Amino acid sequence: MSSDVRFTDFKSDKQPTWCPGCGDFGTMNGMMKALANTGNHPDDTFVVAGIGCSGKIGTYMHSYALHGVHGRALPVGIGVKTANPNLEVMVAGGDGDGYSIGAGHFVHAVRRNVDMTYVVMDNRIYGLTKGQFSPTSREDFETSTSPDGTHQQPVNPLALALASGATFIAQSFSSDAQRHAQIVQEAIEHDGFGYVNVYSPCVTFNDVDTYDYFRDSLVDLGEDEDYDNNDFDQAKEVILDSEKEYQGVIYQDEDSVPYGERMGFTEDMSRIPDGAPENAMDLVREFY
Amino acid sequence: MPADLNWAIGGEAGDGIDSTGKIFAQALSRAGRHVFTSKDFASRIRGGYTAYKIRTSVDRVESVVDRLDILIALTQRTVEENMDELHEGSVIIYDGERTTMQDLEIPDEMVGLDVPLKSLGEEAGGAIMRNIVALGAACEATNFDVAFLDESLQKRFGAKGESIVENNKKAARLGQEYVEEHFDHDFDYDLDTTDEDYVLLNGDEAIGMGALAAGCRFYAGYPITPATNVMEYLTGRIEEFGGGVVQAEDELSAINMALGAARAGARSMTATSGPGIDLMTETFGLVATTETPLVIVDVMRSGPSTGMPTKQEQGDLNMLLYGGHGEIPRFVVAPTTVSECFWKTVEAFNYAEKYQTPVYLVADLAMAVTEQTFPPEEFDMDAVEVDRGNLVSDDAIDEWQNEKGQFQPHLATEDGISPRAFPGQAGGAHMTTGLEHDALGRRTEEEEVRLEQVDKRTRKVETAKQNENWDYREFGDSDSEKLVISWGSNEGPMREAMEFLEEDGVNVRFISVPYMFPRPDLTEEVEAADEVIVVECNATGQFADVVEHDTLTRVTRVNKYNGVRFKADELAEEIKAALAESTEVTA
Ligand SMILES: Cc1ncc(C[n+]2csc(CCOP(=O)(O)OP(=O)(O)O)c2C)c(N)n1
Ligand code: SF4
Ligand SMILES: [Mg+2]
Repeated sequence: MSSDVRFTDFKSDKQPTWCPGCGDFGTMNGMMKALANTGNHPDDTFVVAGIGCSGKIGTYMHSYALHGVHGRALPVGIGVKTANPNLEVMVAGGDGDGYSIGAGHFVHAVRRNVDMTYVVMDNRIYGLTKGQFSPTSREDFETSTSPDGTHQQPVNPLALALASGATFIAQSFSSDAQRHAQIVQEAIEHDGFGYVNVYSPCVTFNDVDTYDYFRDSLVDLGEDEDYDNNDFDQAKEVILDSEKEYQGVIYQDEDSVPYGERMGFTEDMSRIPDGAPENAMDLVREFY
Repeated sequence: MPADLNWAIGGEAGDGIDSTGKIFAQALSRAGRHVFTSKDFASRIRGGYTAYKIRTSVDRVESVVDRLDILIALTQRTVEENMDELHEGSVIIYDGERTTMQDLEIPDEMVGLDVPLKSLGEEAGGAIMRNIVALGAACEATNFDVAFLDESLQKRFGAKGESIVENNKKAARLGQEYVEEHFDHDFDYDLDTTDEDYVLLNGDEAIGMGALAAGCRFYAGYPITPATNVMEYLTGRIEEFGGGVVQAEDELSAINMALGAARAGARSMTATSGPGIDLMTETFGLVATTETPLVIVDVMRSGPSTGMPTKQEQGDLNMLLYGGHGEIPRFVVAPTTVSECFWKTVEAFNYAEKYQTPVYLVADLAMAVTEQTFPPEEFDMDAVEVDRGNLVSDDAIDEWQNEKGQFQPHLATEDGISPRAFPGQAGGAHMTTGLEHDALGRRTEEEEVRLEQVDKRTRKVETAKQNENWDYREFGDSDSEKLVISWGSNEGPMREAMEFLEEDGVNVRFISVPYMFPRPDLTEEVEAADEVIVVECNATGQFADVVEHDTLTRVTRVNKYNGVRFKADELAEEIKAALAESTEVTA
């Protein structure tokens, strides 16, 4: 792969229609930088996007890409990576896409540990459908479908990932541009399922989880010299701490061996002979 | 009429019924006899009962019949379950030493062979071999050389070590000798052998083998009866060709994984049954609108909902033809025999890639679980063709880019077929989406572009209709004015039913349709007939609707929906009844 790829090469000529100030701009920029910094090329990159404001990212980036149905982006990514392990696969979607309709796939993608990156653009709201509460919305969050709060606990996606056997868990903030790009880059470099929950504020429908809120409350684990992100117990403590918000690589299993390697999925499956394989008659003989 | 023998072993689930039955089926196949098997899963009386049935003849067998000549009954209930199929001279092999068998009464006109299966098994090395003792006993009752069992015993137990194989061979001989010594009876049955070498496989395996022959490299699935066998067959084999199987968390995931692999350029497949198709329908439209080649296998079972998971039905046709919101271009291919499961799978992959369209391959439980013998040449791998459609070579990629150098995956060409570039190909980067899109694969709601894209997808199907052969298979008297039409696994029983009908002086023309969409136009055939009957395993006549729709003709419907496939003798009666009825109506 060529090293002269610049991050703007991952930008398509389509102008984003996100609301001015939307966190998704910063999230996408960081992803493009991370892809370029890791030496990837648009022709060797496959982006799978969910459905939501966040899912529009597939259109605004330049690469091979599929914008699928709501909640099913992860399985598509798994199929792409399995069929061609040479590709860099990046899956991106919203908190509703990943933790509500797609929650089942999230758990299983985590435990399957396919070598790809999953970026959740978490704005704690349903943006595209104009402001209903999401699975990460706070209990007292008032929206058109929760006029006096949601009356249910928000999901803790990092804890869900940890409990599902994650090998890489990170969290970033779209407006901390450099840090965010760096964290996504580490997720790409991770041998396995690199999962990043990105706080990506919705300026139109969420006036609680705002830029100010995250700026004031985020603690950067990268600045904490005592924090060892290879230590499961420390990670658990941070993830279950409901008092604070954290950014950084929270947990990484250094011994992670990706699914494809364990299964022996090492070949590009797209090339096949123009007739039955040479020894195909052996398949018939098995039935004697 | 084939000089056939109908043989069965039955007992409780967990008694090793299936594997024992298969050993005998293989032995018959080794002896150059044709075999057609069926399975009784759940009970007509209560749960737990299961049986493996074999119809065998030196001629090809394509159906089951309601007649049982030899029955190995491991439980008393096995006899009760099958009483209506047993007849004068039927042989029942059982172990009278079993306490549960002591009330068993064998009707006078039948032959009971009380063989101490368990004790003889113990003598051979373990009670577990009682089923094999029974096989040996059955060999003697059918004048079939017990040595034919040896090869299948080797195949079945070889991995467990030579001594296990030897013990089993001994068990078979103990059973055979016991009958020879203790029963001075002249049995009615003689299993002739031939020099033919057959292979024995079921429809699920034929589909799996077809996929491998066609170059399928990726399979994702979620276990479900009666499609699981496809996944089990591919697991461990597809890897030899550089492919892989992923067991997904559900069918929503399975089809999306398969879609992802197809976008990456692999020939990709998933298989399921009705409940799984329900879930996959969510993504089916996405596959079609993104013009992704994908083969989706539906092995039908009785519905609706969980229905009768181990029973036959052809109830999914409407869903496959019309399921999903919006208007979805698709192909629906329906093999009519076990060996056609192989060939239609190969075809399905070619249609999928040539027309960049999802293809439903629809089989039914009856053929999926039926083990049948074929001469190996029937799966001539040299005849397998792989046509990948409009794949763009690296040098030609710029021919398919727009003036800005962007690749156009949904270019509206004359025949509707766009170029395909695989991820990794330089200059081919493109997106696609389930939203309506333009030639570049980007969202649009512009009217002209919407029309252009809908039209090009429709045009692909028109191109396919013209370029491919959507022929039916024809049997019987082509001049007959009595026309019978069916689809799926009814072909076998219907062909044999025609022999019964002929004996009664009824000649019919039989058309077996393997293509549900696009499909052959039957207008001429229907108009040339006085009476038209459509045979299918469902209650409402879903294919009959299609035929009436296509030809604007009312047809007589012969339907079966008790969960059991048609049987040749019964079907002959049904056809006669239907013909009599429609004559009355016209008269
Ligand atoms: C099956 C299905 N149900 C509902 C929708 C409508 N829908 C589109 S996006 C969305 C929620 C998006 O929320 P999120 O994933 O958080 O993305 P955001 O817009 O906030 O980025 C919903 C419910 C859909 N497209 N498909
Ligand atoms: S609605 Fe919210 S999430 Fe959607 S584009 Fe606007 S700011 Fe972003
Ligand atoms: Mg959201």
